[in-house]
Amino acid sequence: MIPAIEVDFASLNIQTLAPMLVAIVGALAILCIDLANKSLDKSLYIILTVLFLLVDLGMVFGYNGAVRGFFDIMMVDGISVLAQVTVLVLSVAFVLLAFSKQKLQEYRYPEYFALYLFAVAGFQFMVSSDSLIMIFVGLETSSMAIYTMVAMHNRMKTIEAAIKYFTMGALATGFFAFGAMIFYAITGTVELGKVSEILVSSEFNNYGLVLLGVTFMIGALGFKLSLVPFHSWVPDVYEGSTAALAGFMSIVPKLAGFVVAIRFFEIFVASDNAWVTAILYGTVVLTMTIPNVIALLQTDIKRMLAYSSISNSGFAMGAILIGTTQATTGLFLYWILFFITNLGGLAMLWMNRNKDYHTFNSDHDLEKYAGLIKTSPITACIMGLFLLSLAGIPPFAMFWGKMYLLGAAVNAGYIVLAIIMALNAAISAFYYLRPIVYMFLKDNEHEGIKHMANATPIIKVVVGACAIVATISIFMIEPLISIISYYIQISGF
Amino acid sequence: MEHILSILIFFPALAATIGFVVHKDSIRAYAITVTAIEFVLSLVLWYSFDGNNPGMQFTEFLPLIASYGISYSVGVDGISLFLVIMTTLMTMISFIGLTEKRDLKHLMITVLYLEMTMIAVFLVLDAVVFYTFWELSLVPMFYIVGAWGGKLRIYSTIKFFLYTFTGSLIMLVGMLYLGYVYFQTTGTWSFNLQDWYMLQLPFDMQLWLFAAFFFGFAIKVPMFPFHTWLPYAHGQAPTIGSVILAAVLLKMGTYGFIRFSLPLFPDASVYFTYPMATLALIAIVYTAMVAYAQEDMKQVIAYSSVSHMGVIILGTFALNVEGIGGSIFLMLSHGIVSGALFMLVGVIYDRRHTKMIKDFGGLALVMPKYATIFGIMLMASVGLPLTIGFVGEFLSLLGFFKVSPILTIIAGLTIIFGAVYMLVMYKKSFFGPCNNPENKNLEDVKGRELVALIPLVGLVVLLGVYPKMILGPIDKSVTNLIEVMHTKAVSPTTKARILELNSIGEVKK
Repeated sequence: MIPAIEVDFASLNIQTLAPMLVAIVGALAILCIDLANKSLDKSLYIILTVLFLLVDLGMVFGYNGAVRGFFDIMMVDGISVLAQVTVLVLSVAFVLLAFSKQKLQEYRYPEYFALYLFAVAGFQFMVSSDSLIMIFVGLETSSMAIYTMVAMHNRMKTIEAAIKYFTMGALATGFFAFGAMIFYAITGTVELGKVSEILVSSEFNNYGLVLLGVTFMIGALGFKLSLVPFHSWVPDVYEGSTAALAGFMSIVPKLAGFVVAIRFFEIFVASDNAWVTAILYGTVVLTMTIPNVIALLQTDIKRMLAYSSISNSGFAMGAILIGTTQATTGLFLYWILFFITNLGGLAMLWMNRNKDYHTFNSDHDLEKYAGLIKTSPITACIMGLFLLSLAGIPPFAMFWGKMYLLGAAVNAGYIVLAIIMALNAAISAFYYLRPIVYMFLKDNEHEGIKHMANATPIIKVVVGACAIVATISIFMIEPLISIISYYIQISGF
Repeated sequence: MEHILSILIFFPALAATIGFVVHKDSIRAYAITVTAIEFVLSLVLWYSFDGNNPGMQFTEFLPLIASYGISYSVGVDGISLFLVIMTTLMTMISFIGLTEKRDLKHLMITVLYLEMTMIAVFLVLDAVVFYTFWELSLVPMFYIVGAWGGKLRIYSTIKFFLYTFTGSLIMLVGMLYLGYVYFQTTGTWSFNLQDWYMLQLPFDMQLWLFAAFFFGFAIKVPMFPFHTWLPYAHGQAPTIGSVILAAVLLKMGTYGFIRFSLPLFPDASVYFTYPMATLALIAIVYTAMVAYAQEDMKQVIAYSSVSHMGVIILGTFALNVEGIGGSIFLMLSHGIVSGALFMLVGVIYDRRHTKMIKDFGGLALVMPKYATIFGIMLMASVGLPLTIGFVGEFLSLLGFFKVSPILTIIAGLTIIFGAVYMLVMYKKSFFGPCNNPENKNLEDVKGRELVALIPLVGLVVLLGVYPKMILGPIDKSVTNLIEVMHTKAVSPTTKARILELNSIGEVKK
């Protein structure tokens, strides 16, 4: 007879699950409300989402128990808290963009907001575990939710985007499963901490197999983080989805992905594993450079921003390659500042969404913004500000992130990488300048373009806050660095 | 007087921000008032400046990113003082002489922001904050050239932006590396220049860092072979853009060499004297010839700027008090003279909408006052004794004579070449019969233009006759700079070389 397993409930440390449960309960609550009354406005659901996310945030802040929980599957260490807080704040900001003036199909379904909360819960699981299985579950929860959210939009290119995203995502899932399987085969465990111990103590015995596993994992994470050569879905998916969702996808899932990547690659970077470091180095350089070059040719601002976000992932991935505490701090700093800028920039595009399909080739064609400074100077100035920030012009937000990462590269002895980063920043300046050239330096040849057709006061407040923060970010860097490096140091990265 | 430097830096920006509410018909008066107040403030700074103190004065310090050693730290010494005054003066003058009609409000607010960045570059003593303003100055200039420029304006403004941006990013990597070296040596982070001045660097490291900073500064100066953006930017920029570009923005590069490269990397500076001098000589001779071949008046002056910047670099790398002091004086004089020349071209362009030399001829007959002012400025540009241009050029060449007499003789050709292309241009456009009927009824300079130009003419003569009031404080600070270089040099040959170069006027033993 199999003896009954006795587990003390207290030892489960169920509190580690509390934040995610809030999000999941929230999602279910939204579905139930919809069952009860079909005719509720989207504003209710948006605010409910915000509320649940805030409670979730409170749970994360309030947690002060042991690091491990739930059969040691959960791991709420410093980096996890930091990542959860960031993911939640970012998600609150992005869901507010749903307050658009135009009526969009997806916002009529409350499921959209339920899926949003499920996705956030998935990210939280991803960042608070070092078990490959739990990470896998989190990854799938969030990805499934986002596939559906992309597909809910009703424009021509949406179906293409959703199918592309789904099939590529399925492939990445397969990669992840294979990678995890290989590491299980080598080490007999799926916990990254133990995998690391065993690999290091056996001095990377079975190196060929380890490399195969790493390759699969790079494929899987590379898809989520849009690293070259797994990036080809990004521009199409961004173009097919709304600017609000594209912004969300370019920031939040990637943050969760970076945390997984930090945990995973730490094993190899810390032990100076030559092959893996070389593969990473190559990936980082390619991811920074190739999309930058492609972005030079784009005529649609949203597609251009898609390529730019790939290149920015490459920058952040550089921090993982460098692997010092300063670099990891730099990654979070960079990503937070990137969020502020990209949220602002995409929200500006979002407000300029209109239903005119005929005048231009695409919704955010450069031509559409020609001569904007003459017609609406404030819009043009704010958009210019975000683009300059993306280009890394000081004193705007992104510059400090870039500078800190460059500094981390220099301090760790990666001078060549620092110079490649610097040159890439120079290349990227060209395509960020192009919309500025159109807005400020060219005259408009088309009559009757309506700008800000999708604007509402709430989105304007979000954008205004981003613009102010992006301008005075120099005063936020010091506190941000001290908070981030505190959390990173207590979790030992 | 405690915060006068911060007031100087941020007053134009504050005024520009508030200026959005001023009605566009009244913006000119507003902008002129603001720049006049700024100019007076800079004069107050000069008045309260202690000319006998060679170090930094009116320093302010405010930590920004303490854990990474970045702080807002400003200070002024004899080297930067007059560059600041020249900046405020030229901005004010260019506003007074402004004849642009399109989108005046946007233009003036942009120039006010630009003024902030320019003044800050000369006053800030923290490398990262210096870099911040250095890069930020590109944005307003980008807009000015791109929005109010000529036909090729978008091409030229992007070229200008990308060229300088790329160079500066390499400089940024150098700065971050230097900060790291400082951290390794002392255990604390600092990007403060005065802290860096205490740091002795090994020779190899100096060479690399010198190269990294070189890209940032040389592109801005611009030095041959990085000068190709300048003729486009100047040729396409509106008058006010050209004036500020020539008068101030180019000086940021040479100022950077003096403030960063020389004292931080003394051994590398000595090591690179001849390569730098060679590049400067190529610039002097080659661009002077190119200037001769130009058909556009503005291009002539643009290329002559590159040529003169070569002399400034030559003086700087003479590495003695005369040479460096002379090059700083030449920065000021070139700022005033080339600014005035660009304004003069602007005057004729407003009347005829062309800048081609072949369209003119006999202008002296119709516009005698214009021809006189142009003549004086032209002489100053060539370097006629008793004009402002002579002092700096003479001192720079004198300083470099100690390094190499032969190279100095070649560089001395600048005066002859300058005379050739300038006088030929003057002859073609001002003398001879006035054949073109369109030129017969041109109005002479008047009103606002005169108000802008006369003070510059006064300065050209005054400082040409009595340059001592400016050279005095410059001399003090430059001597201090040379001492820093001497104490910081790691190799004995460098020390000996610096001492040897600074022996002009001493009795031979």
